[in-house]
Amino acid sequence: MLKYDIVVVGGGPAGLAAAIEAKKNGVDNILVIERDRELGGILQQCIHNGFGLHVFKEELTGPEYAEKFIVELKEMGIEYKLDTMVLEIGEERVISAINTEDGFMSIKAGAIILSMGCRERTRGAISIPGYRPAGVFTAGTAQRFVNMEGYMVGKKVVILGSGDIGLIMARRMTLEGAQVLAVAELMPFSGGLTRNIVQCLEDYDIPLYLSHTLMEIKGKDRVEGVVIAEVDKNRKPIKGTEKYYDCDTLLLSVGLIPENEISKNAGIKLDPITSGPIVNESMETSIEGVFACGNVVHVHDLVDFVTAESKRAGKNAARYIKKEIKCEGKIAKTEPGDGIRYIVPHMVRPENVDGTLDLSMRVDNVYKDMNMIVKLNGKEIKRMKKKHLAPGEMESVKIKKEDLVFKEDTVITVHLEKEEA
Amino acid sequence: MEKHQLICIVCPMGCHLEVTKENSEYNVTGNKCPRGEKYGVKELTNPTRVVTTTVKIKDGLLNRLPVKTKEAIPKEKLFDCMKFIDSIEVKSPVCVGDIIAKDILGTGVDLVAARSM
Ligand SMILES: Cc1cc2nc3c(=O)[nH]c(=O)nc-3n(C[C@H](O)[C@H](O)[C@H](O)COP(=O)(O)OP(=O)(O)OC[C@H]3O[C@@H](n4cnc5c(N)ncnc54)[C@H](O)[C@@H]3O)c2cc1C
Ligand code: SF4
Repeated sequence: MLKYDIVVVGGGPAGLAAAIEAKKNGVDNILVIERDRELGGILQQCIHNGFGLHVFKEELTGPEYAEKFIVELKEMGIEYKLDTMVLEIGEERVISAINTEDGFMSIKAGAIILSMGCRERTRGAISIPGYRPAGVFTAGTAQRFVNMEGYMVGKKVVILGSGDIGLIMARRMTLEGAQVLAVAELMPFSGGLTRNIVQCLEDYDIPLYLSHTLMEIKGKDRVEGVVIAEVDKNRKPIKGTEKYYDCDTLLLSVGLIPENEISKNAGIKLDPITSGPIVNESMETSIEGVFACGNVVHVHDLVDFVTAESKRAGKNAARYIKKEIKCEGKIAKTEPGDGIRYIVPHMVRPENVDGTLDLSMRVDNVYKDMNMIVKLNGKEIKRMKKKHLAPGEMESVKIKKEDLVFKEDTVITVHLEKEEA
Repeated sequence: MEKHQLICIVCPMGCHLEVTKENSEYNVTGNKCPRGEKYGVKELTNPTRVVTTTVKIKDGLLNRLPVKTKEAIPKEKLFDCMKFIDSIEVKSPVCVGDIIAKDILGTGVDLVAARSM
């Protein structure tokens, strides 16, 4: 059986940052396992810029951002296996993995870092009825075809869903000479970053229809058109509002789901809202010695946040190996209050907090002029003014370790309150 | 006095800017950092964008090499630039940052490789 101190599952930005940070914290024997033909994860297909402003203070494209980490990983001599799929995480942190060179492998890990990223919701996930013609893609699949393989996926395009990947593909397809007829979004607000609505839709006069959904895909062998209709408050289509679009391609950008089949089978507890593992301040899951970071925990909109979170996971996995993590002592729970959908981490052991506790969260609606208030057992410890909040933009709050005064059964809540004019 | 509502696209914060113009003097509010102020004025006087796209690559791991304009180019030249970039084919190996085309369409801006391949 192979043996490593730390095995990282997934070689995307999360896995790379975690492995590098673990090594910097004194662990030498690390293996990164990646199922794709190269490292870098989803970033290799995200050729647009806007990555790395926080981490590198310059605006990079996805592949540039990935390359910086890949170069660093290689320079540090961290081992990795490509084209290798992790199948299972068993008892005692034994990993089963397979590839065409080594065949089936059992790998014993001192600690595991899960960084499998996320996957896109597909047509099946949103139950679109009808035939299965060619020309229906998830936006990410189309992105991979166009940006890496060099295949154009269509000429007249309708996009369902206004997540960032959908918005970015609206621009990408337009630049490549396709006509993007419309982006239809079920919710009354976009799921993407505001800047992407501006620079991907408004720049190219692509209409965005909020509170709209797809009724029908026409065509049997190839998409021939789609029918879009407006929805009411209960997201039910309004009769008589149907519009027909003559198109050959439908891109779906209807959300991402953390990739947690392996975690589930290993018995790791998942949060039903994020679909990712429940984690503590050290990014450790419900199974001791198994850490998680990046989109496998919750879908991030910025890779910079993924990197920060993954560094924390890598550092703490190293501390775990060196037996520096304190497991006993008090544990606080975090609880989303009014206006907040979820908070990561879910649990906090104050002894292990390193300077500041970073809470990441998403709001449940679009808000203007709010106060974001953090309370510890009902007592306010932090208040921030927020001019604009949207579900598509992750919020983060830093709490100083000194402010974490703990008793048994401590609850940390975050909620929104309208700012008094 | 002219008033414009803009969203800063310089970074993912997406600050909501208000740009007012009075006697050709621009005043920007709502920006969280100085780059937003610069953007607000520029967007109304000479809007520019960085172009990120791909070119054909021979003998590489993939069929396409991602490229970007080193700096932002005038927005109205976007599609002409795309047409020009479409005609380029490179050969592996290429290093990240290598110049793929110099001074595209007289903009003074170079096209560079966005990864090694
Ligand atoms: C299509 C798409 C487009 C995106 N576009 C943007 C964008 O433009 N800007 C932005 O900031 N963010 C974007 N994101 C979000 C982006 O995913 C994150 O910022 C970041 O890439 C997440 O890093 P990660 O390492 O957690 O996940 P990923 O980059 O997804 O990496 C996970 C890696 O794990 C590997 N893996 C999974 N399961 C296994 C297994 N069983 N065995 C071995 N390896 C495995 C995968 O092959 C993959 O390489 C996008 C996400 C998607 C899905
Ligand atoms: S003003 Fe500064 S912080 Fe705000 S979006 Fe622009 S660049 Fe980002």
